[in-house]
Amino acid sequence: MAAVDTIRPTANAVLTTQAPKKPANMGQIIRWLLLFAGGILMVMPIAYMLSTSLKWPHEVYNVNLIPVEPTIENYTYVLEDGRFFGWFINSLIIAIATTISNILFDSLVGYTLCKFRFPGRYIVFIAILSTLMIPTEMLVIPWYLMSQQFGWLDSYWGIMFPGMMTAFGTFLMKQFFETVPDDFIEAARIDGLNELQIWWTVAMPLVKPALAALAIFVFLGNWTAFIWPLIVTNSVEMYTLPVGLSSFGDEADVAWELIMTGAAISTLPTLVVFLIFQRFIIRGVVMAGLKG
Amino acid sequence: MANLTLRNLVKTYDKTEVLHGIDLEVQDGEFVVFVGPSGCGKSTTLRLIAGLEEVSAGTIEIAGRMVNNLEPKHRDIAMVFQNYAIYPHMSVRKNIGFGLRTAKMSKADKEARIDEVAGILDMTDLLERKPNQLSGGQRQRVAIGRAMVRDPAVFLFDEPLSNLDAQLRTQMRLEIKKLHQRVGNTIVFVTHDQVEAMTMADRIVIMKDGYIQQVGTPSEVYHKPANTFVARFIGAPSMNMLPGKSAHGGVDLQIGTRAPVKSSAKAEQSVVLGVRPDDLTPVDDNPLIEGVVTVLEPLGPETLIYVDTAYGEIIAKADGRNPPGVGSTVRLGAAAQNLHVFDAETGVALS
Repeated sequence: MAAVDTIRPTANAVLTTQAPKKPANMGQIIRWLLLFAGGILMVMPIAYMLSTSLKWPHEVYNVNLIPVEPTIENYTYVLEDGRFFGWFINSLIIAIATTISNILFDSLVGYTLCKFRFPGRYIVFIAILSTLMIPTEMLVIPWYLMSQQFGWLDSYWGIMFPGMMTAFGTFLMKQFFETVPDDFIEAARIDGLNELQIWWTVAMPLVKPALAALAIFVFLGNWTAFIWPLIVTNSVEMYTLPVGLSSFGDEADVAWELIMTGAAISTLPTLVVFLIFQRFIIRGVVMAGLKG
Repeated sequence: MANLTLRNLVKTYDKTEVLHGIDLEVQDGEFVVFVGPSGCGKSTTLRLIAGLEEVSAGTIEIAGRMVNNLEPKHRDIAMVFQNYAIYPHMSVRKNIGFGLRTAKMSKADKEARIDEVAGILDMTDLLERKPNQLSGGQRQRVAIGRAMVRDPAVFLFDEPLSNLDAQLRTQMRLEIKKLHQRVGNTIVFVTHDQVEAMTMADRIVIMKDGYIQQVGTPSEVYHKPANTFVARFIGAPSMNMLPGKSAHGGVDLQIGTRAPVKSSAKAEQSVVLGVRPDDLTPVDDNPLIEGVVTVLEPLGPETLIYVDTAYGEIIAKADGRNPPGVGSTVRLGAAAQNLHVFDAETGVALS
């Protein structure tokens, strides 16, 4: 008996692992192929970025993915070049400051529009939303003139001010605050908190997933912003990373290997930000599912 | 003394008046239950007392102090919400202690107070847990704990049991009642469930369409309903209503029988005779009405019988061991003191 008992599980295990697989149908195969093609499309630029950053200048225009003579010379050059570090810090300061600002002000406005009833509330909301329809390219000239008038050209504030609050963020936060039951807010009101405390200690923690998503969007948006920082900055010291990287080239020659090296390094903070906040997003989704 | 007084309380939204002058005096330590169907204004009244809505007219006094223009936090009240409103991102300890954030107490005193409340609610072991690790009943207790911790003059409960399953609801009903006996604060409790109202209240306030229909002890509203609405709303199954005419020495039913019931009705006045299913039983002599049994609902000690009569379907009670069979004809009667007479037009009690 004992022998049979010990054999059985193994036999079962073999049976289950060897269960005949369903043959994949055409639809599935096409789906996989499309996904595969999509995956390749997404990965290729990144692969070429890394590959180019490891090539010597004379090899840059070869399309081979694996460098013939791999080198880390580009990394040494870029990292030893004092300008790169400065641009990196500039971008970091700007991206972090705008992220914090958006987290605070987008949510404050979104919360107010969502949870307070006041005359003109709807008009204000529509006005904010309508700014979403104006493209950045149309705004850069007014922004520039304004910066010039106020003396903000070539300064951190000048680079940051257009993105300190966004209509998209306000809209996103308003929609998320809709999911916070009024009971929470009323309970806190009865417990003696003032409106600002309610927003900060009760409402904000309940929309953490939205805040995480907003943080990722804003950080990435400002980290990769190009046109406005290019226009508003004059001195090399005030360049942000994307602007600085583009300056590795001139009309005669573009140092692609250096640009790609800088780009490869500059993806690191975005990865870190994503890894930190992604956790909140997934947890938020799971929590929402469990509460029912 | 934490009396609560409502005087001519009116609430309007835009131009619609939803409360039409509520007058009520709640004594210190009293457990008052507001009950009524959806939209009757019971929750609105509670929210006015809490200060979550603005009073349109009339006054609210708590402990002799007019609170109309005071913020909720200054009214010395605490409220338990239907969906508990306990904060998911805070531990039970923090949730219970939340109401003390703004209190002028030392940290040690606050902790002691939280522990004391947790002890009363038997949740000392759960203090470090997060709400998503608690059952529905435990969450409700946290919500009650958060209200208790400040020792308010008046507790307000807004349908706190409606999210719980039947068994837990019965249990929490008992717990809240015991809690009230123990701490003795004034409680205003809103529910749409008349069983909750009957079992918990010192006094019941029955509301409909923004008016108070009757205020009384559970026994009063059950045995002496002020009108047909109260009579039908309180008690399950609902009271049977049989139209008739008042006559000398009783009420003549349209089917020719006479109910020997005293009332203040004038002769020949159109009235409605009310009789609870509990009081209406098969009889041999002097039946009020007869009909054919269509459905039996055995409840153990007794059986509810649905009887098809000249007045339509009415419900009566029969012995649980020996009920009449479906299809059989039964004659039903009730003792005179268990009959209620109402004005046919206004519905007002005439007994």
